[in-house]
Amino acid sequence: MQVRNLYEQQASNKRNTILVMVVFVLFLSFLGFGTDTFLLQAGFPFATLIALSLGFGSSVWSLNSGAQAVLRASDAQAIAPGDPRYQQLLNVVEEVSIASGLPRPQVHVIPDLDPNAFATGKDPEHAHLAVTEGLLAQLNREELQGVVAHEIGHIKNYDIRMMTVVAALIGAVMLLSQVGIRSSMYGGTRRRSSDRSGGSGNALVFVLWIIAMIFAPIISQILAMAVSRQREYLADASGAELTRNPGALASALEKIDAAVEPTRSIKKGVAHLCIADPLGRSLNAREGTFSDLFATHPPIKKRIAILRGMAYKN
Amino acid sequence: MSLLIIPLIVIVGLALWVVMKYNGLVTLRNQVQNGWKQIDVQLKRRHDLIPNLVSTVKGAMEFEQDTLEKVINARNAAVSAQGVADVAAKEGELTGALSRLFALAENYPTLKSNDNVKQLQEELSSTENKISFARQFYNDIATRFNTAQQVFPGNIIAGMFNFTATELFEIQDEIERIVPKVDLSLKK
Repeated sequence: MQVRNLYEQQASNKRNTILVMVVFVLFLSFLGFGTDTFLLQAGFPFATLIALSLGFGSSVWSLNSGAQAVLRASDAQAIAPGDPRYQQLLNVVEEVSIASGLPRPQVHVIPDLDPNAFATGKDPEHAHLAVTEGLLAQLNREELQGVVAHEIGHIKNYDIRMMTVVAALIGAVMLLSQVGIRSSMYGGTRRRSSDRSGGSGNALVFVLWIIAMIFAPIISQILAMAVSRQREYLADASGAELTRNPGALASALEKIDAAVEPTRSIKKGVAHLCIADPLGRSLNAREGTFSDLFATHPPIKKRIAILRGMAYKN
Repeated sequence: MSLLIIPLIVIVGLALWVVMKYNGLVTLRNQVQNGWKQIDVQLKRRHDLIPNLVSTVKGAMEFEQDTLEKVINARNAAVSAQGVADVAAKEGELTGALSRLFALAENYPTLKSNDNVKQLQEELSSTENKISFARQFYNDIATRFNTAQQVFPGNIIAGMFNFTATELFEIQDEIERIVPKVDLSLKK
């Protein structure tokens, strides 16, 4: 594996995110274009626009109300500033906020013995950071700082917003594929016969579109997870930039990896914002084609290796 | 008519560009000033914590009077320091004096197990971290401000409106590199 310093790592992850997002938008446009030409036979992209606006509408709504719902669902307790029991955690969060130049996020603790952490909130001014009791118990000060820096990295990179946009795209794709498949079942033959006049080139596009529609749910999931994994690598690199101590995050990840229990308090919906997959799904742990496609997080071993590489290079 | 419109568009575009560049530089300058204030806040916190620390450890560390005195003197010098270079130098000396004190405190088991001392030590190490992160943020943003003034064509705008490069908070290498000398023999 290529050893990169943290700036090269960040640049590469940002490029990859853009690449995947472009593919995602192109895929959605193709589905919408097919629906508009083959199903509605309209000259104006009605279906694409409706799917997009519904997808974005629901996502903007979830962005605004999502943080509180997520915190409630994971049983997170807000910590008052100056709480003597969590002096070190509050200090560490404030230190990293100073390094990032962002306002200090609201700190929460989750009563769960498995080490994990996540960040949420629509923007840095409304950010929340939650860690489990297990994380506080198992990590030393420097490692805790590394994990907090990874989460503040997510906040700084607007990853909550990024994943909301991804959710909106998934929503639009799902909508198109559901509506498309259902209406081709009922009225497909009549419309298809009128399409034949378009020639064989048109028929090929039609077949491709049908295939794309059928595999749309899987393809959009693969693309979304690809974005999620790039944002994890990016948050690792951003965290390393904040603390200039990638080694501490690497050793924190080793400890988190060693704790095999799934984090029961954290629900599936926030998995992509956690330091490590809370469900402890085995596919995040392996390197290989299948796990590379469907995992929210890159393999922990690979993340550790990249962080160690940064520590070596700087 | 159309011949007049083209230069007009160019002039308006140019004016807009100057405004944007100027505003960008002002924003950066304010961020630099804010970054400097953040360092100040943390330094003041450290100055406030030190008398507390010294009075807590004094009883147990009576054999280390000169180390404690050095910390107090370094603190007082740091409080009255003026200007970036002077502050950096004096704070560097204080950091050195403090780390020597902490290294010596390791020899006193009663201190290590004292909750009060532990709490103060956590506060001080957090403050040390905050100072270095505030310094890191200040240097990053100051570097961005200076770069924005030096690259072409930003240098034209910077020259037009008298923007000046800002000083970085540099560590006094000689002082920071001194390894604390731990004297294990008990002084009379």
